Amino acid sequence: MTFSKSVWFLIKKDLLIEWRQRYAFNGILLYLASVVFLIYVSFMELKPEMWLTLFWIVMLFTSVNAVAKSFLQEGRARWLYYYSIASPYAIIVAKMIYNLTLMLILCLIGLIIYIVVLGNPLLHPTYFLLVVIIGSFSFSLTFTLMSALASKAGNSAMIMPILSFPIVVPILLLLVKLSREALYGGILEWPVKDFALLISLDAVMLVLAMLLFPFLWRD
Amino acid sequence: MRKGWWKVLAIALMLFTIIMGMMATVPALPILHETIRNLFYHVPMWFGMTLMLLLGMIFSIKFLRNGRMEDDIIAASFTKVGLLFGCCGISTGMIWAQSTWGVFWNNDPKENAAAVGLLLYFAYFVLRNSMDDLDKRARVSAVANIIFYFTFIPIIFIVPRLTDSLHPGNGGNPGFNAYDLDSNMRKVFYPAVIGWSLLGTWITTIISRSEIINRELQFSLNNSSMNNSSKQLDSKF
Repeated sequence: MTFSKSVWFLIKKDLLIEWRQRYAFNGILLYLASVVFLIYVSFMELKPEMWLTLFWIVMLFTSVNAVAKSFLQEGRARWLYYYSIASPYAIIVAKMIYNLTLMLILCLIGLIIYIVVLGNPLLHPTYFLLVVIIGSFSFSLTFTLMSALASKAGNSAMIMPILSFPIVVPILLLLVKLSREALYGGILEWPVKDFALLISLDAVMLVLAMLLFPFLWRD
Repeated sequence: MRKGWWKVLAIALMLFTIIMGMMATVPALPILHETIRNLFYHVPMWFGMTLMLLLGMIFSIKFLRNGRMEDDIIAASFTKVGLLFGCCGISTGMIWAQSTWGVFWNNDPKENAAAVGLLLYFAYFVLRNSMDDLDKRARVSAVANIIFYFTFIPIIFIVPRLTDSLHPGNGGNPGFNAYDLDSNMRKVFYPAVIGWSLLGTWITTIISRSEIINRELQFSLNNSSMNNSSKQLDSKF
């Protein structure tokens, strides 16, 4: 089987599992909605800067939970099966693309819920949408790799966040900084340098994942 | 003894650093005053930490290439010493911050980045110790070590540059080079960096050797106890 074909089959398999276990995705959505509601009832008024930061923190927690299960849900026996039918590169690429789709959907639904409940202080919504898309891309890359690491450890559910949070700090700071531009009026100056930095961080993650996953996956 | 020349050098450099660090003439500067001597202890900690973590990462790569258990133990020991240097660096930095900036923790981006870096490496040890199977532990922690090193570098070099820092050389503050790392201080600073790094390597060799001996002892104990129990079984039946 060619590389692209096996990637496609693996993604299809993950999507099928997701569709058959809709409760998991619904659970994540409910989690997101509850957190947003919690913010709504606990803050009297939300300053725009705070609005942004909280949005990214909500997204961070939601995506850690959403991506964590991508590796944790696979049992040992199933790994043995994958080992015999696909290359490790195909598996990690498939997982990343699948998580990217999941995160994109989740971030867009999250943004809608967030804006509906907490109002919209954005002056450049399209620009913000672009940052959200790049953000979900970065989150999915980083957390996929971390989930692959954590799935090998004992007590993975505890390990996953403590591995992910420190690693995601530069990405989170860049995203908050980039999305702050969306709050202010006037002519939008494109922060090209920060975008380049974020994309190069993602590239580092991607290269690391491709180089190291073959060592990680077999038991 | 001939092989141990660098340990002698380490002792000599450490003595030099401690004595000259206290005795050398330093420029009289406002706010900093005599705390500038912390430069010989605080800054080399970060140099040493980065170097120890780099060496740990290199041994992790070596482990993934050849699968020798010793390389894994050495990699973990280097990382442990790097983390120790980081803790020393952050505590000396906090003491310095208290006397020059007024508080122990100033929400300074460099302080925050260092703290995040330390969290990352503490997580490495939690991950490492969460696995019982020695083979799997070595493999997974080698992979983690490589990933962490390449994310640790952006954390300490990128995060501080996103906002202004109180540290020299950031946010309009002149760098140390500009005014006070004069030739007198350089004479102590560079030997200090080399001395701390050598000391770190020395500690690493001791830790890794004791770990290797421990492991061999355990194996031989297990084997002998198994032999004994089988003998007992033999005598019973």
